[in-house]
Amino acid sequence: MNIMSEAAVEKALDQKMNTVPYKMIGKDVSVYYGEKRALFDVNLNIRENTVTALIGPSGCGKSTFLRTLNRMNDTIENCRVTGKITLDEDDIYDPTIDVVELRARVGMVFQKPNPFPKSIYDNVAYGPRIHGLARTKADFDEIVETSLQKAGLFNEVKDRLHEPGTGLSGGQQQRLCIARAVAVSPEVILMDEPCSALDPIATAKVEELIHELRTNFTIVIVTHSMQQAARVSQRTAMFHLGNLVEENDTDKMFTNPDDQRTQDYIMGRFG
Amino acid sequence: MSMHIMSAYDEELKYLTRRISEMGGLAEQMVAESVRALVNSDLALAQKVISDDTVLDDAERQIGEKAIVTIAKRQPVAADLREIMGSIRIASDLERVGDLGKNTAKRVIAVAGSGIPRKLARGLEHLAELALVQLKEVLDVYASRSPEKANSIRERDEEIDAIYTSLFRELLTYMMEDPRNITPCTHLLFCAKNIERIGDHATNIAETIYYMATGAQPEGERPKDDTTSTLGSVND
Repeated sequence: MNIMSEAAVEKALDQKMNTVPYKMIGKDVSVYYGEKRALFDVNLNIRENTVTALIGPSGCGKSTFLRTLNRMNDTIENCRVTGKITLDEDDIYDPTIDVVELRARVGMVFQKPNPFPKSIYDNVAYGPRIHGLARTKADFDEIVETSLQKAGLFNEVKDRLHEPGTGLSGGQQQRLCIARAVAVSPEVILMDEPCSALDPIATAKVEELIHELRTNFTIVIVTHSMQQAARVSQRTAMFHLGNLVEENDTDKMFTNPDDQRTQDYIMGRFG
Repeated sequence: MSMHIMSAYDEELKYLTRRISEMGGLAEQMVAESVRALVNSDLALAQKVISDDTVLDDAERQIGEKAIVTIAKRQPVAADLREIMGSIRIASDLERVGDLGKNTAKRVIAVAGSGIPRKLARGLEHLAELALVQLKEVLDVYASRSPEKANSIRERDEEIDAIYTSLFRELLTYMMEDPRNITPCTHLLFCAKNIERIGDHATNIAETIYYMATGAQPEGERPKDDTTSTLGSVND
């Protein structure tokens, strides 16, 4: 019988993780808000079908980096991005890139649930409608149902699809926003503290959802909750003062991180 | 290491460290006294060792409970988590060391009066000295958390094993000389084994400390020089 030693198993797993292809590649990414530099030459690659957690203290640049991945920073005046970010082979800052199409490929879920003041159905159908992903009512019905199902919300709302989305509970609203993001079949989903306004039960449901979504999507999540990063992600990147300090397997990051700043931050110590 | 933002967390970790050191001190004392009681046939001292063991048992339980509560409340990660898990393991090793001391003390009654040959007594004392040195050093390493020193202790367990093997042979000789020696010598054999086991626990503790400090398991096989498991077999 050939029993692999623990170290060999670990190595094999590492290698497996190392063979996961990159979905997005960030090379020397810097971001400036006017004169102020918020990110310093960040080199961070996002692996396919992997949950990557971005952690770090407030103002460390993790949300800024997240927003560069679907050019959300474009909406901020005076914001300038240098370096290169690719999605598969496409340079997303290439002037010929259609930003609306990019954001359909790289969707986003925000900190506060922000459903449109429309019905649950229309919230989910909105994206497919503007992107022309469906024609007939039956097509829309199907997209709405499967998206709500993927977001784990369908059974809770199937009898009131035409009631306003704003009437749902906070946790349900957030899952509605995830359904809305999923509806346009994105490749990558960015989540900016998706659970910080939710109670533990709703948080657990969203985390379970993130875990399931990983099969079909690449997920990048910014979170202030160390436990959440540890629970949902396979890779973790630690930011500090606009620099990427360490990127590692989540298991390693939370048991034996390489960088002292990571140690201090995740253990709640002051360095 | 830097302090936690929540100072109560530091207090909880300090509690664990302090209690482990206390346990270590008591375990050391019990082992020393048990061997002294054995060599001097001191029944009162043996009795003291036996009753001290409950203190050690209680301490282990309290450390375990505190560790569980700390894990539940703080959700420790990285070095903090290793610190707490290490405390649980070390407490359990020290508790076992106490048990071994207690077991030796119990045998004092059986051996007392049969007159242990001077040479054997010296052998046992020497074995105990080495085990105690190792225990003391490992407790010092616990205070300093030096992975290098932890590793060097691990490598020295060989010496104890070698002396234990020679005591084993010697006891066999006494038993063959005169069957009346068999009962006391068997007890002494268990005592020697108890002391030898203390070296193993010290080695365990050294490995735990290495892990606590580095997050990695010490490399390589543990050195072994205890060959008594095959001694006296046909091929020997």
